[in-house]
Amino acid sequence: MPSDHKTGLRWSNWNLLLILPLFMLITPWFNFDEPRIFGLPFFYWYQFLFVPLGVACVGIVYVKTKDEPVVTGKPDKLGVDDLDEGAN
Amino acid sequence: MQWTELIVFSALFLLVTVMGFVAARWQKGETLDHLDEWGLGGRKFGSWITWFLVGGDLYTAYTFVAVPALMFGAGALGFYALPYTIILYPLVFLPLVRMWSVSRVHGYVTPADFVKGRYGSHWLALIIAVTGIVATMPYIALQLVGLEAVLRSMGLNGSGILGHLPLFIAFLILALYTYQSGLRAPALIAFVKDILIYLVILVAIIYLPSKFGGWGEIFNDAQAKFDATPSKADGILLTGTNQLQYATLALGSALALFLYPHSLTGILASRGRNVIKRNMVALPAYSLLLGLLALLGFVAISAGTKPIVNQATGRPDTNTIVPELFGANFPSWFAGIAFAAIGIGALVPAAIMSIAAANLWTRNVYKEYVKKDATPAEEAKQAKLASLVVKFGAVAFIVFVDPQFSIDLQLIGGVMILQTLPAVAIALYTRWFHVYGLIAGWVAGMGYGMWLLYNIGNPAVGKAHFAGSALPLGNISIFGWHPFGASTTQIYVGIVALLVNLVVAVIVTLIAKKAKSPNGVDHTDPSDYHVDEDNPRVKPVAAH
Repeated sequence: MPSDHKTGLRWSNWNLLLILPLFMLITPWFNFDEPRIFGLPFFYWYQFLFVPLGVACVGIVYVKTKDEPVVTGKPDKLGVDDLDEGAN
Repeated sequence: MQWTELIVFSALFLLVTVMGFVAARWQKGETLDHLDEWGLGGRKFGSWITWFLVGGDLYTAYTFVAVPALMFGAGALGFYALPYTIILYPLVFLPLVRMWSVSRVHGYVTPADFVKGRYGSHWLALIIAVTGIVATMPYIALQLVGLEAVLRSMGLNGSGILGHLPLFIAFLILALYTYQSGLRAPALIAFVKDILIYLVILVAIIYLPSKFGGWGEIFNDAQAKFDATPSKADGILLTGTNQLQYATLALGSALALFLYPHSLTGILASRGRNVIKRNMVALPAYSLLLGLLALLGFVAISAGTKPIVNQATGRPDTNTIVPELFGANFPSWFAGIAFAAIGIGALVPAAIMSIAAANLWTRNVYKEYVKKDATPAEEAKQAKLASLVVKFGAVAFIVFVDPQFSIDLQLIGGVMILQTLPAVAIALYTRWFHVYGLIAGWVAGMGYGMWLLYNIGNPAVGKAHFAGSALPLGNISIFGWHPFGASTTQIYVGIVALLVNLVVAVIVTLIAKKAKSPNGVDHTDPSDYHVDEDNPRVKPVAAH
C-alpha cells in the first residue's frame, strides 16, 4: 500500500473561505419576519444574500489557488498495478 | 383540452426530439461503441456545455414542481432548497476535482469504478453500484411525475392506463434518442431546457407578484393561510421544532447530491479541472432561480390556485400547483412555453440518470460478474440496452404503482445514497477506513436509516410508515436509552444514519487494523488526484 506513506494532499489557507457559506445553516440568526425588504421577510432575503456570498467565496478560492504547481508527468515509480493498466 | 398550450408544447417538444437524434453527430469521436463516448460524451465538454448539462441535471423538473408545492403546503421549511444548493458548491469544490483527476487517469466511468480502484474490492464496489442504481430509479420515476403534472394541466388528464398514454409516448421518444446519442442528447437539449426555464421564471417572478399586490401582500396571505390551519409546523417562518430539520435537511441533501451517480456523470464528462472549478462558481445562478421559484408556492396561495385532481389516482396532486398557477395567469401561448420548460426539464435529468444507472450496471455488475472479458463495444451495447430497461422500468413504476410510492422511495433514496459517503467521498482523501469498516458502516447506516424512516408516520395524511424524513430527537434510542429525552426537535434522518454509519465504520476499522486483516490493494497513486487535462498520464479517451 504505497499511498499510506504519502498523503498527496495540497492545502492552501484560502480554502478556509469555503467554510463561510456554511454559516447560513444557523437558523436562529435569521428566523425573523422583520425587517422586510420589498415585502420579503428577513428570513428570505437574508438567505438570498448568501448566493453572492457563496459565489464570492468559491470564486476567490478558485482564483487564488489557480497557480499551484501542476503535476505534469511524474518520476518513474510506477507500481506493478499501474503498469498492468490497460491490460485488463 | 387547452389547444394553444398543447400546440406550443408539442412544437418545442418536437424541436428537442430532433436535437436529441442529431446530437449523435455533434462533436462526435471516433466511435460511439465505447462508454467514454456514449456514456460520457467523449469526456471533452467545456465550461459552457458543462454548465448547461450539470445545471439541467441537478435542477430537475421534479425540483421545479415539488419545491413550490412544498412551500404551498408547509411554508418556510420548503425553502431549504436554497441553503441546500448554496452550501453544495463550497462543500464539493475540492473533492470533485480530485474525483475528476483520478477518474481521468484510470478511465473510471462510475463512482463504483473509483471505489474498486481505491480498495481493490469488487464487493465494496458492488454495494456502491447497487446503492446508486436503487437510489436513482425512483428519481427517474419522479421526473415522470413532473412531466405528467404538466400534461394533466394541459387537459391530458385521462383516467386509467389510457391516461398515462401521453407520458408513455414522450418517454418512448426520449428512450430512443438516448439509446442512439448517449450523453450528447441531454447535453444538447439542456441548452433549450435551461434557456426556457430562465425565461419563464424571470417573467413569472416579475409579472405575477405585481398582479397579486406585491410580495408584502403575498407573504401576508400565506401567513393568514398557515395561521388558519390546525398544524403548528407550518408558517412563513420556521418553528421551534423544525429549525434543526431545516439545517440538517439542507446539509444532508448537499452532501448526498454529488454521490448520486448522475451528478458525477456530468462532472466526469467535462474536459478538465478548470472547467469544473469555473462551474462551481457559476452554477449558483440556478440556485438563485430555484429560490425565486420556491416563492411561487406562496404566490399560488395568494392567487387561490387549487391543485387538480389526478384522474388516475383520484387525489388532488399538489405538484400541479405551479402548472396551474401558470395556466390561470399567463396568456395561453406563454403558458405553453412554461409547460414545455418543465416538460423538457424532465427529459434532461431522466436521460442522464438512466445513462448513469446503465453505466453502473455495465461496469460494476455486467463486466464484473456476467461477462468479465467484455470488449468496450460490448460494454457500450450493454449500457444502451440497460438504459432502455431503466426507463421503461420507471414508466411501469408510475403507471402500475401509486406515484406516491416513488415519492416515498425518493425520500429513502436520499438517505441511502448518503451512506456511500465514507467509501466514495472520504476515500478521495484517505484510505484510513478499512474495507470491512466501510461495509459494516454501510450496513449499519442503511439498516438504521430504513428502520427510522419506516417508523415515521403522519396521521394527518393517514400514513403509518415512510411519511417523511423529519425525526423527533426524542425517538432516537440507543438500546433503550434516550439520549435526548422526549425532545420534539426534529432532525433529518439521513444525517442520523450517516453518523451511525461513520461510528460503526471507525470501530470496525480499528478492530480490523488490530487484527491485521488484509485491506485490499490501492491501484491509485497520490499524484493521480492532481492530474489535469494536459498531463501525459491521462488515459486516452475511448482507448481499447
